[in-house]
Amino acid sequence: MALDSKSDLPQFKVVGTRPARPDGIDKVTGRARFGADMSAPGMLTGLILRSPHAHARIVSIDTSKAEALAGVHAVVTRKDFREITDDDFTADILDNCMAGAKALYDGHAIAAVAASSTKIAREALKLIDVTYEKLDHVTDVDEAIEDGAPVLHEGRSDETVPAGMSPNVLSRYEFGHGDPEEGLKNADHVVERTYKTEATHQGYIEPHACLAQMGPDGQGDLWVCTQGHYMVRNTCAAILGIEQGQLRVTASEIGGGFGGKTTLFLEPVALMLAKKSGRPVKMVMTRSEVLRATGPTASTSIDVKIGMTKDGKITAGFAEMRYQGGAYPGSPVEFGAMSAFAPYDLEHVKTIGWDIVTNRPKAAAYRAPGAPMAAFAVESAIDELARHFGLDPLEVRLKNAAREGTKASYGPTYPAIGLEATLRTAKDHPHWSAPLGENQGRGVACGFWFNFGGDTCVTLNITPDGTVTVSEGNPDIGGSRASMSMMAAEELGIPYEKVRTIVADTGSLGQNEVTDGSRVTFAVGLATIEAARAAKREMCKRAAMIWGIDEEAVEWVDGAAQPAGPNAGKFPPMTLAEIAETASNTGGPIAGHHEANPEGAGVSFATHMCDVEVDPDTGAAKILRYTVFQDAGKAIHPAYVEGQFQGGAAQGIGWALNEEYIYGDDGILQNAGFLDYRVPVASDLPMIDAVILEIPNPGHPYGVRGVGETSIVPPLAAVANAVSAAAGVRMTDLPMSPPKLLAALHAKG
Amino acid sequence: MVQVKIWGSLAAFADDQSQVEIEAKNLRELLDGLAAAYPAMRPQLDRGVSVSIDGRIYNDSWFTPIREDSEVVLLARLKGG
Repeated sequence: MALDSKSDLPQFKVVGTRPARPDGIDKVTGRARFGADMSAPGMLTGLILRSPHAHARIVSIDTSKAEALAGVHAVVTRKDFREITDDDFTADILDNCMAGAKALYDGHAIAAVAASSTKIAREALKLIDVTYEKLDHVTDVDEAIEDGAPVLHEGRSDETVPAGMSPNVLSRYEFGHGDPEEGLKNADHVVERTYKTEATHQGYIEPHACLAQMGPDGQGDLWVCTQGHYMVRNTCAAILGIEQGQLRVTASEIGGGFGGKTTLFLEPVALMLAKKSGRPVKMVMTRSEVLRATGPTASTSIDVKIGMTKDGKITAGFAEMRYQGGAYPGSPVEFGAMSAFAPYDLEHVKTIGWDIVTNRPKAAAYRAPGAPMAAFAVESAIDELARHFGLDPLEVRLKNAAREGTKASYGPTYPAIGLEATLRTAKDHPHWSAPLGENQGRGVACGFWFNFGGDTCVTLNITPDGTVTVSEGNPDIGGSRASMSMMAAEELGIPYEKVRTIVADTGSLGQNEVTDGSRVTFAVGLATIEAARAAKREMCKRAAMIWGIDEEAVEWVDGAAQPAGPNAGKFPPMTLAEIAETASNTGGPIAGHHEANPEGAGVSFATHMCDVEVDPDTGAAKILRYTVFQDAGKAIHPAYVEGQFQGGAAQGIGWALNEEYIYGDDGILQNAGFLDYRVPVASDLPMIDAVILEIPNPGHPYGVRGVGETSIVPPLAAVANAVSAAAGVRMTDLPMSPPKLLAALHAKG
Repeated sequence: MVQVKIWGSLAAFADDQSQVEIEAKNLRELLDGLAAAYPAMRPQLDRGVSVSIDGRIYNDSWFTPIREDSEVVLLARLKGG
């Protein structure tokens, strides 16, 4: 259901329809080539030896026996890589891909081999002799900052961390305005609680995989599943000390990323193995490796204090957040601290965030990084306050909702935003008034995400037969090939079927930012529209040449050039295909291109509504009904937008109910497989209803806002609020797995 | 002069001010001006920041114009998933 707001947007013919996805047949027939599907003549298999310890000094590594094994062509350790001393960010990526002085978590890469078969490679790994000195470890975020906690790094805390804190605390962030303590004095009731969330993995279906080739001439090629092959190129070049232009990276189809494929894990190692062996090297992670050694999101511990008057006005909000980002700096705590109260218009608000390291894998981005955990804490407290006063939780949110002109908790004043529209639509939706049964509860929650643009290149070629190809530089994760084709078709005035969009390699276009930040439909779409406009200008010029009139006297209407007015002369419209046919005679091939760093992406809000039934005998919570209300700006392909809404909700439900990293006392991950790491499957979920609102983003020609991330922000709290209502006990720790919920029910009595 | 709001934990590096005045007509001049006026803020500026100008967020575009009456807010560098 689309709710178009009044705007100055053009009347669309293609945008807003639901054509078949261009990659659909390839994917359902198995023809699509994912990372592990690539091969090359003479290819070797690369495997990684991983640390069996959560924290250990690497005393020595003896690779001689492995190197002597027949069929082994290369063995790599950290000694094969240059030291990076001027760039901590890249140095940390390298250290995560191949450990240096210490193994910092269970599964940390220690060495790698390339062999002529997987069997030989496995055998070679067993022959690598590593001497470890085991160290004490810490995996809990709160324990990591206690006095005497095992220290991962010395000297990595930045200037924002007060003296005397644990070296495991690396950064401090503070946002807000007003005086929360003063505001709390005006409250009729204050909720003060600590909320905890466990680390969850992005859970993409396709494990990390790549095929690397590095010639003696210094030229390399890499085929890889990634969210950003330009990022892969640039970072690998920095790690290996080669020129970016000498490394060509081609992105495969991608079986999900959700932020987890915005960094490197295998690629520099594969290139180094290829360089040492002189042969192509393919590396494919197992699921266990994915869970042990690639980025989950942070686990968190969050203190919240919110005050409210009896009529539902929030008088102050405060949150102190501790996020562990694994063994390296970079938990997304700053975004938690910025987004926690972003949906609300508050006079007094303050958030403090702490970035903390533990002996866990390096956290990677996960859909709206840092925001879902913060929203869980704040939206749970608001729900508790509303229930305390017997108020409608949607009315409470409406009463406090941020609107155009609101000073956001993270600083800026909002332009036109869509939060209020999502709340009002939710309140009017049949879901809100549907009856509930015994042991059932309903929860709502709001969420926010920033969105951004970034470097973007698009080239649009008019082919001689009048069809169109669009080259973009972003892997297609959420339907960008369809969306770009639709925007090109809309702008050119031709059918969608006449446009094919491809994802070009790094040698074919200029720099492109990673597919992240919900940026692609916004930024690449904007570049596609501008590229199409450039091609239209050229086609008008060619028509003017043929007609012998000034090019300013030609305009583009409905897929054809035509005289702009009666004074321009009388000529029948010249279609795109007709102009393309004679392009060789009028100046050569016709193309449009656009390179830019489109900024000004509009922020996005959502409201989620969830019905849950709790089984009092087992503690199992079943999702009965779920509805997403989100502002998309303008939905280019509504089915993909609905898919983004549903996917974010499904992942959030998993985060809320079952998914968690479970560590033993030895610091070893206990559930490194999908049998024990429980993601929701289709039979766990109802059909998730997606309600698209369209409040156009003035920063995009068609009004587009990013939609990929906001949808994972509210579900943790929406589900927790529903479960708490159904169970009659406030749940503050995620996941609300059956044992935990059952214990809470028993404790309630 | 442009009024620049800075986030709380950076105030300690700007003489405990939550808002500072910088002579700047674009984003580049703003960032250079901040680093020059408050050298203690440079480590964070080097790590990266985003800037909200009149409600729109910018990461990199040096020559984005800033008016004297623009609302300018320094933000932690945005990333996404």
